[in-house]
Amino acid sequence: MNLPDAPSRPDAEADIQDVPIHRQHPAWMTLRRLFRHQLFLTGIGLFGIILAAAILAPIIAPVDPTKLAMRYKFRPPDGTFIFGTDNFGRSLWSRVIWGAQLSVVIGFSVVLLNAIFGTLIGALAGYFRSLDNGLMRVNDALMAFPAILLAIGVTAVLGPSTFNVILALAVVYIPRTARIVRSSVIVLREMEYVQAAVAAGAGHWRILRRHILPNAMAPLIVQLSFLFAYAVLSEATLSFLGLGAVPPTPTWGNIMAEGRQYMSEASWIITIPGIALMITVMGLNLLGDGLRDVLDPRLRIQQ
Amino acid sequence: MAGVILRRLAGAVPVLLIVSLITFGMMRLIPGDPSSVIGGLSATPAQLAQIRADLGLDEPFFLQMLKWYTALAHGDLGRSILLGQDVVGATLQRLPVTLALSAYALVITVVFGLCSGVFAALRQNTVIDQLAMMFAMLGISVPNFFLGLLMIILFAVRLGWLPTGGYIAFTDDPVGWLRTSTMPAISLALLQVGLLARITRSTMLEVLRQDYIRTARAKGLPRRVVVMKHALANALIPITTVVGIIVSLLISGSVVTETLFSIPGMGQLLTQAVLNRDYPMVQGGLLLTTAFLVMINIAVDACYALLDPRVRYESP
Repeated sequence: MNLPDAPSRPDAEADIQDVPIHRQHPAWMTLRRLFRHQLFLTGIGLFGIILAAAILAPIIAPVDPTKLAMRYKFRPPDGTFIFGTDNFGRSLWSRVIWGAQLSVVIGFSVVLLNAIFGTLIGALAGYFRSLDNGLMRVNDALMAFPAILLAIGVTAVLGPSTFNVILALAVVYIPRTARIVRSSVIVLREMEYVQAAVAAGAGHWRILRRHILPNAMAPLIVQLSFLFAYAVLSEATLSFLGLGAVPPTPTWGNIMAEGRQYMSEASWIITIPGIALMITVMGLNLLGDGLRDVLDPRLRIQQ
Repeated sequence: MAGVILRRLAGAVPVLLIVSLITFGMMRLIPGDPSSVIGGLSATPAQLAQIRADLGLDEPFFLQMLKWYTALAHGDLGRSILLGQDVVGATLQRLPVTLALSAYALVITVVFGLCSGVFAALRQNTVIDQLAMMFAMLGISVPNFFLGLLMIILFAVRLGWLPTGGYIAFTDDPVGWLRTSTMPAISLALLQVGLLARITRSTMLEVLRQDYIRTARAKGLPRRVVVMKHALANALIPITTVVGIIVSLLISGSVVTETLFSIPGMGQLLTQAVLNRDYPMVQGGLLLTTAFLVMINIAVDACYALLDPRVRYESP
């Protein structure tokens, strides 16, 4: 059967050449989509304020947050004391800013530990069927505990300190991260390109590293951004209950706990760190929503 | 269906076993033991040793563990060192308080979360939708103890309408119960309202796009029937999972809320037990609480079967 020749147009080739070729790196395109996402930008903005305060703490809050000045106690926020002072006359501005630094450090450390160990455990459980049952049983048991009670238990074992809070929160959240990684790995393990890699003689580690994990990154990154929010929130909760960093080290939680006794006369001691905490958590939640919309469209909340 | 539940129950046993092992190990690793709490600061080393011997804490770790599991097999969870009451009794006394509070919070969550989620989905991309989602975002971002403190400052300290804390049982005085539980329940529910609203909205949007919804509308069914019978009935299946998660979040969240409002519930009991090294209370209480949470998850799975015939008839 003879097919009619395609109508020949002398300028057809030129037409094709005119079409601009987008030879952009996929990562760059994802970034561009992120920076067009309204909520993501709002999130970056809110979290950026806190991050900037944390990094610039020594410059913008030079007053020692633990320095006592009894004669200035219970000053409401005004020109001299931007955020007022607490029951010991300590500058709440300094305390909240240095508290921001601590929150960011703890949140970031928990995220880092989760990224390492959550990925490791999740990948092992998802990829090697022989390990799955054992690892997931322990995982399920750790997830069956009410989260905050497990964190209280672990900090009680280790004693209250910044480092131990990080460890406690890592123990609480790593099983959750591992579960998410595992569920993506289980799906990816059955993909044809993985079978192709097996057929081509690739070893387990190469398959995991080159073919499976890069594809499991999107849900993990989304999870980690929400995890940052949970970690900051849980740290504040623990130190509010008296299990975080030891006073006088300022954390948002322990500032609020101390402020409880004076809430009728000096409510700003509670409201200011509370609002800072809220801004952080909301910023990270918005950031996570944005990342999810762009990176992991399957989980998207329809716009 | 009964087979599914039985299999899930059997699957819960190893999980609870590991839970109890972790708890047991964790409590023994905590520096210090109950003797110093009971003896106080002035106790001599001899007195402390005596207390330890009385409690069986001088025995080897594995013997203590063996004894605990033997007693557990006989249904005996031991006595709380701090309260001098048996663990099951103390739990049964405190659990209703936490459950009443959680139930109140769950009602708030379902009423506000479900309604705002459905309304936002039906009016997608309008001001109502955006407002609802803004409040949901606020809900998941405001720490529950912060909201609790703000409410205490406003309604208890400034206005004096409600007490700052404490608890009155519903059976003693329903109005007193409402007065003492409303602020804790709202602060406990806030996060979950936000979660549920967001998930209800996205699930509803997905369901509303389905062909059978278009068919139902095309054949002229009233909007109310389409929304309630066709859309919501189908959206309820994934929403049930979330409600299951929410119940365990409520029980877990009550730890902080109970401490903040000085409510004598399970959360406060367990926190005090951990901090005072009350070994039997922590071990037994945590085991009972986690067992309870596992049961709730199984109950949620059973609810699927009721809501979704496909799950019911699926061969196991």
